Amino acid sequence: MRSVPLWAGVYIGLTATGAALCAAPALAPSAGTPWGAVGLLAVLYAGCEQITRCRFIGRRAPRSMAGFFPVLLAGVFLVPPAAAALVAVPGAALARVELGPAPPRRIWRPARYGLACWAAASVHVALGGRELLAAGTPAAPDFPLALAPAAAAALVFALVVAALDGGILATAERVPLRAAWRGLFPRSLAPVLVHGFAGLMMAVLWRSPYGALAALLVLLPMYISCWVFAQYHRERSAHQATIRALVQAVDIKDEYTRGHSERVGEASVLIARELGMEDERVEVLRFAGILHDVGKLGVPTRLLRKDGPLTPEERRVIELHPEYGHEMVRGIGFLGEARSAILHHHERLDGSGYPYGLMGRQIPEFARVVAVADAFDAMTSTRSYRRGRPVADALTELKRCAGRQFDPQMVRALVRALDRHGWRPAVTSDEPEAQQAAAASAARAGGAAAPVATADPAPAADPAPATDPAAVPVPHPRSTRTPLAGDLPR
Amino acid sequence: MTRKPTPRNPPPRNLAPHNPAPRNSAPPRNSAPPRNPTPRKPPARHPRVPLPVRAVHVGAGLLAAGALAHVLWSGLAERGVALAFGALVVVGELARRGDGGQEEPQEREPAPLGAAGALAYALLGENAGQPTYHGVLQVVAVTAAAFLVGAVPQLARGRAPTPDHMARRVLTVAFASVCFQPLYNSGKFAELIGHGPYYALWLVVLVALTGLCDAVLAAALVRARTQWPYGPLLRDELRAKRGIGSAVGASGAVMALAVAVAGLWALPLFSLPLLLTQLSFSRYAAVRTTYRQTITSLARATEIAGYTPQGHARRVAALSRAVGRDLGLSGADLVVLEYAALMHDIGQLSLVDPVRHGATADLPAVEQRRIALLGGAVVRQTGVPSDVAVVVERQADPYRDQPLTARIVRAANAYDEMARGEGPGGPLAALERLRLATGRDYQPEVVESLARVLSRGAVAPAGG
Repeated sequence: MRSVPLWAGVYIGLTATGAALCAAPALAPSAGTPWGAVGLLAVLYAGCEQITRCRFIGRRAPRSMAGFFPVLLAGVFLVPPAAAALVAVPGAALARVELGPAPPRRIWRPARYGLACWAAASVHVALGGRELLAAGTPAAPDFPLALAPAAAAALVFALVVAALDGGILATAERVPLRAAWRGLFPRSLAPVLVHGFAGLMMAVLWRSPYGALAALLVLLPMYISCWVFAQYHRERSAHQATIRALVQAVDIKDEYTRGHSERVGEASVLIARELGMEDERVEVLRFAGILHDVGKLGVPTRLLRKDGPLTPEERRVIELHPEYGHEMVRGIGFLGEARSAILHHHERLDGSGYPYGLMGRQIPEFARVVAVADAFDAMTSTRSYRRGRPVADALTELKRCAGRQFDPQMVRALVRALDRHGWRPAVTSDEPEAQQAAAASAARAGGAAAPVATADPAPAADPAPATDPAAVPVPHPRSTRTPLAGDLPR
Repeated sequence: MTRKPTPRNPPPRNLAPHNPAPRNSAPPRNSAPPRNPTPRKPPARHPRVPLPVRAVHVGAGLLAAGALAHVLWSGLAERGVALAFGALVVVGELARRGDGGQEEPQEREPAPLGAAGALAYALLGENAGQPTYHGVLQVVAVTAAAFLVGAVPQLARGRAPTPDHMARRVLTVAFASVCFQPLYNSGKFAELIGHGPYYALWLVVLVALTGLCDAVLAAALVRARTQWPYGPLLRDELRAKRGIGSAVGASGAVMALAVAVAGLWALPLFSLPLLLTQLSFSRYAAVRTTYRQTITSLARATEIAGYTPQGHARRVAALSRAVGRDLGLSGADLVVLEYAALMHDIGQLSLVDPVRHGATADLPAVEQRRIALLGGAVVRQTGVPSDVAVVVERQADPYRDQPLTARIVRAANAYDEMARGEGPGGPLAALERLRLATGRDYQPEVVESLARVLSRGAVAPAGG
């Protein structure tokens, strides 16, 4: 169990004390707390939090329903501030703790929601929201006037929760003070407003002759929305696993390149971030990197694993893999630009690449990024027939070929990104651990000359060096194996 | 059928067998727009709409036309309320998403806000404490008119609602209002139930009944078109109601109650949660579609690698699904069936040399089983339910050791392979061979179901 930092403990203690002080007046006999409503709302909220534990409903329910605010906000609009603070307590205290030490969280959560509810209800009362909810005779809510105090209360709720969350981030997670609050409030704004209006409708129906049952119905669409959202996340991770499976299917055929695809994805993302692409395109580019060699599935396994030099004929077959890959993924709509990257990642700036021999700007941007990332990883990773080269060497080689083979802009972006972040691929091929550590330390050193012994002859000795990314590393002298996607003789 | 290149016989560079679209001589600058973007089969055409379906369409159309004529003749009661609800339905229709998820009944309600608005109008008793007087015909007329108005811009976008959908909408709204409005307007409602919690409870019951009626109708329409067994279809429809259907129903009831208390301001307020639900559903549907596309791509890997003939995985999947339907499978089982059928050959990727024409059904049993196990290992790495991996792993076992889904995939796969190999008259010969092997390899019921499905002609024949 992780221990809680001292400051976080103090912070949680202070918050809990504050919440207790806010809720205390409700316990006084003279307060006239509507215990029936408070109890019902508290049970309802606890039920919403617990529903995930129920095996029958909860099997596919969202794992965390925390943030099921309509009930809390209905309490904010219905009962006095001190009592509103109490509504949150049982549910938040009993909710499932996903990770981390449970006891501090069981204190922290009720305190946070209790304080937020109290503040929101106080604002609602101060703005006259209670009167607007039951104005005139017979008592009826006064719309649209009643919306304003409700919206203000919901905003205050979001604000208090965000402020308290920022505090706990700063004390427990040691996030710098300025960064702790960034984005917390704006992000929660829209959901809390929607939940606030749902809470308002709950409160209106609760007070109407139709009673609490009608109010319950409000929760159903909200619950289903959460449920679908959880399904969405499940399906999305399943989908990502399937993409990985596509890649692993390549690995089955082509044992030299294990982990290569994932690393090309990572390197492509580094370049894309450096170029300032939007997040969405960066994600697509990651897939482009991961899937760039998927067409190798279409190349006969015997050819991919062939020992010894390839005949020109065989080379031509291997060079079909970008087209095979494009053919395979063209049915996957979301890949968009990535599909062109898969087709064109072996094109070269001077028009000597394949499959189409495109030149310069004719080559799609994504393809130019993936080409650089592909070459970089092909040079730095260790394969069964040779060892990887140091990051610095690889970058020198890339710079040397920039303009002819690679887009200089992408090469520069990669150099800058590696300077800044280093190269620590999450997936490495099964290289010896010592070397892995050395490569990592070289990367951390900002690409400075790394003490990795390389058995490769100097690439400059090759008359047509770095012509094909996969051909850049010259085979190990003792190995008769030839790199996969051999270079076309021209 | 095009012959696939074998490794000893490398394909020419122009990739002709894989790329049916002619290649431009000038290379495309950016090939993002796929050259042949619709690999899936065109939507099933039904040259003749079955009589019961046509009767439902005509009935709904007549009802809507009659209601409109009545309202035009006698005028609208409570114009403001009618306009507000009409506007809500129009907005809901405008927010409609495409009918992308027709296969999944969970995603079959494309315009939840419109449906909820129509339901709320059918169940509307009071408006801000004042009784209303609109009758059944006005409810039908207003919702049908709003539905049509909202559908016009959708027509331009190619997302027009299907006749089935329109008929269902009109009939369910009519059902709900027939259950509610006459009783309410005659005052019997107030006498029997009063105006308290029981009123809300009664609305919930009505909503549930309406949902049931809609499910019965929808399943009957599908049944009339496809001849699939009715029970599983109804079960599918009812299960779908758990998702967005219950959200629509609850919202309809709540809107009716909230308008009774708070007046028409409740409508926009209540649209928000439902729109949120719709957003969640459309994102879910989008990721499901993508997922299916990815699985299909994975399945096509074997085709592009030359291990299996073009379109084999897709045909086996379609055939398996149809047989599964015919045998009364539903919901999750059908998804498992489809994914397993798509990926059943994936194990061949691990082979160094392809099996001739991918015809695994003719291989020795041991070899078949080895390929199946290899395939299961790949499938386990994808995120699909583990049932799918089980089907792929067990597809080479004798049918008595297999789950039903695996039996179906095995028979469909063998049929597709044999029918192609036998030349003209292949389908019949293939069925004959399957029947002869029912002692051990194929379950007799599955083979008979396969024969039924094929005789109906719903699935394209092999080799197409």
